[in-house]
Amino acid sequence: MSFFAVENLGVRFGGVVAVDGVSFSVKQGEVYTIIGPNGAGKTTIFNLIGLIYPPTSGRILFEDREVSGAPHHVAQRGIARTFQNIELFEHATVLQNLLIGRHRHRTTNLLEELLFLPKVRRAEIAQREAVERVIDLLDLAHYRDSLVAGLPYGIRKVIELGRALATEPKLVLLDEPSSGLNPDETDDMAFWIEDIQKELGITVLMVEHDMNLVSRVSDRVLALNEGRVIAEGTPGEVQSHPAVIEAYLGGGE
Amino acid sequence: MRFIFKTDYAQDIRLFQHGGQVFWYGLLLVLLLAAPYLVSGYVLSQLHFICIYSIVGLGLMLLVGYTGQISLGHAAFLAVGAYTEALLQGAGVPFVISLTCAALFSAVVGVIVGLPALRLKGIYLAIATFAFNVIVEEIITRWESVTGGNSGKLLKAIELFGYRLASQESFYYLCLALTVLSCLALINLLRSPTGRAFVAIRDSEVSASCMGINLAYYKTVSFAISAALTGVGGALYAHKVGFISPEQFTLIQSIELVTIVIIGGVGSLHGAVLGAAFIIMLPQAISIAKGWLPDTLPQAGLQSVVFGLILVAFIIFEPYGLYGRWLKIRTYFDVFPFYRRGTFRRQRSYLRSERLR
Amino acid sequence: MFSQFLQLFLAGVAQGCVYALVALGFVLIYKATETVNFAQGDLMMLGAFFGLTASAILGWPYWAAILFAIVVMAVVGMLIERIVIRPVLGYPTFTVVMITIGVGYILRGVVTMVPGWGTETYSLKTPFGDAVLRFGGAVLAMEQLATIALTAALCLVLYLFFRFAKLGVAMQATSQNQLAAYYMGIPVQRVNMLIWGLAAAVAAFGGILLAPVAFVHSNMGFIGLKAFPAAVVGGFGSVPGAVVGGLIIGVVEALAGFYLPEGFKDIAAYVVVLVVLLFMPSGIFGETARKKV
Repeated sequence: MSFFAVENLGVRFGGVVAVDGVSFSVKQGEVYTIIGPNGAGKTTIFNLIGLIYPPTSGRILFEDREVSGAPHHVAQRGIARTFQNIELFEHATVLQNLLIGRHRHRTTNLLEELLFLPKVRRAEIAQREAVERVIDLLDLAHYRDSLVAGLPYGIRKVIELGRALATEPKLVLLDEPSSGLNPDETDDMAFWIEDIQKELGITVLMVEHDMNLVSRVSDRVLALNEGRVIAEGTPGEVQSHPAVIEAYLGGGE
Repeated sequence: MRFIFKTDYAQDIRLFQHGGQVFWYGLLLVLLLAAPYLVSGYVLSQLHFICIYSIVGLGLMLLVGYTGQISLGHAAFLAVGAYTEALLQGAGVPFVISLTCAALFSAVVGVIVGLPALRLKGIYLAIATFAFNVIVEEIITRWESVTGGNSGKLLKAIELFGYRLASQESFYYLCLALTVLSCLALINLLRSPTGRAFVAIRDSEVSASCMGINLAYYKTVSFAISAALTGVGGALYAHKVGFISPEQFTLIQSIELVTIVIIGGVGSLHGAVLGAAFIIMLPQAISIAKGWLPDTLPQAGLQSVVFGLILVAFIIFEPYGLYGRWLKIRTYFDVFPFYRRGTFRRQRSYLRSERLR
Repeated sequence: MFSQFLQLFLAGVAQGCVYALVALGFVLIYKATETVNFAQGDLMMLGAFFGLTASAILGWPYWAAILFAIVVMAVVGMLIERIVIRPVLGYPTFTVVMITIGVGYILRGVVTMVPGWGTETYSLKTPFGDAVLRFGGAVLAMEQLATIALTAALCLVLYLFFRFAKLGVAMQATSQNQLAAYYMGIPVQRVNMLIWGLAAAVAAFGGILLAPVAFVHSNMGFIGLKAFPAAVVGGFGSVPGAVVGGLIIGVVEALAGFYLPEGFKDIAAYVVVLVVLLFMPSGIFGETARKKV
């Protein structure tokens, strides 16, 4: 019985083996971080979990069932994600972006929506109440009705987190949540990750470079290099693991 | 300047955001309803065309402006609607049913075209829809036993619940009612999950699918609704002109339909209607202007040049189209004297490319 | 039986060469600016008119007329880039497509207004005369042979240009990554302008090759609509793809015109493109794009 597990996951692009037999499992309620130098295959693992490309080998299990199908099936299972280079809906407002996150909780069908029956109205109000909780949590009220296209990077990063939370996931994948943020914003991000874990009870799987953030919020850390697992354990253990030090600083030969 | 303080979620999803809108749209509706008593028969006839093209424009706007899928083949859906209507009317089917069939059949064809579209992007989709347009045109020309080929098909006046809508006025009210209904349906759709899913697909497909949106389903739905509206437009168009033949549904027609969306302003329903009005009035404006120009200029050539110039000028100087221009003018007066030229400047995306680098 | 097939095949290749030349123009511009130039067929039409003016109206020799048309069209192409395309660089593809459609309308309209060109149709005289070449039971007009040979020659020149000339390499670099090319000191905007000039010149060449076969008139550019499928079949963005695509479309069309019922000739190109897209969403030589997230 495991909450989320990846078994022997591998993918090759042409002749390049990007991920090579990676296995790990995430316990419900923890913050699990994947670290590794650039090109280690961290984001590729996320894309494999999201079924954006098919793996060459291995399988992904969520709540003891295999994750398969198209990317939208992953989301419907309760796995949400953010992207390294923000992928928001640029020409929509912040509110609309978050509401799109509510898509998997849609209760109305096309015909009802065309006529905008009272049922649709009630559903829309309910969706807005749910979104408003996320807006409150992440302090986004000020930007509620602004178009995403004009907002600064730091805010967009938060909106992306909000959009993932709006899906009410059981597991959230954060792809470098602190990249491009200044120290203050990174600090806020750390608080939110703790909130997500402790208050919302959502399990977090994240890829991150900022070791301060990693040690602060992570329960366990997995280190990758060249597509292979080189160490796993608490942040302290992994940071002092010789293979990790070698991967980051280069071999001694 | 008007500020709206929202105190209730229902305010977000209301049809009209404030009392001013209720007033102006109400006034517009009253004027449109009174139009047959206010304007000449010729202008009324132009209003027919504006309504019909508005319905088609709305359909295309949903697909191009809101779902971000390119279509250079909408004249084919127009043809499907028109011919379905002509054939069913010829078979004695009541108008309500034949119009519904025109919409449904166009939608089915839309789904069929939409299927390859699931895999195609950008220019490849444009070419596929355009190829589809040419093929449909050829089928209509060659399938003489059904479509009458190049000699075309004639239509009689509409009979609705026993009344013959032979007069200009009655046909106008029918067109107007269908235009308003189409608008309402799309507004409803766009403030519901389906409409948001369309916008999500337009802005980022990867991200949309990671939010649980089934790309294939929603793209198909968008194609179907767009085609259905175009089919309704086609059926009305067939009745308006009274005679249909293949050369009314060429690629040129498709391009003209897309121009409605571009000139009106991509991504706004207002734009679809404004664009339709513009496209219908343009030839009239040109023939009036021609009075002041030397006689040697050929009408067709002049029309083509002016059309091209307007298209180019709009894209360069007013990328948000007529509706964008209107918004700017309104904002200018709203915030007078603090309007700045950069208020609506649009961001360019130099590096976001369809190609993988 | 076989000779008939060969006959059709060769006629198709000759016609395909014209498609290939127009498709080549599409591809050049697409590679450089990610713009699909819907006015390419109209540029070809304009080129044919300039060639015609030089040869029929001014009485210049054939080769001089070709040179004249190519030079004038290169300038026209560069002007179009400078005036309408540069301001919208970086806008969504579809916007730019619409602008080139607008340019096409303008060109078609303008041509009908030029005194002497008007709405008449002309045909261009070539030095190849009515001579024919016979082999294997098939008959090939010298004009067709010249079309094939000249297209092949042009392809060779273009290949050498992109492979060895400094400007050609710069154009390639620009088409692959504008920003990187810019950082390497390539004047990207000027290169784009030159590419438009080059594409228009290629179009003019195609127009002149087509002129003796088809008539020169303002709607001649609609042949460009057949070159589209050609470019797509080959894979938009691939230079050899454009040539292969053009030849495929030309041959299929010629064969369909003979072996299939009436009407199939006109839609053959579009059926081919739909079938190819169904199985290969980016054409035969097109690179499969996958967005990085």
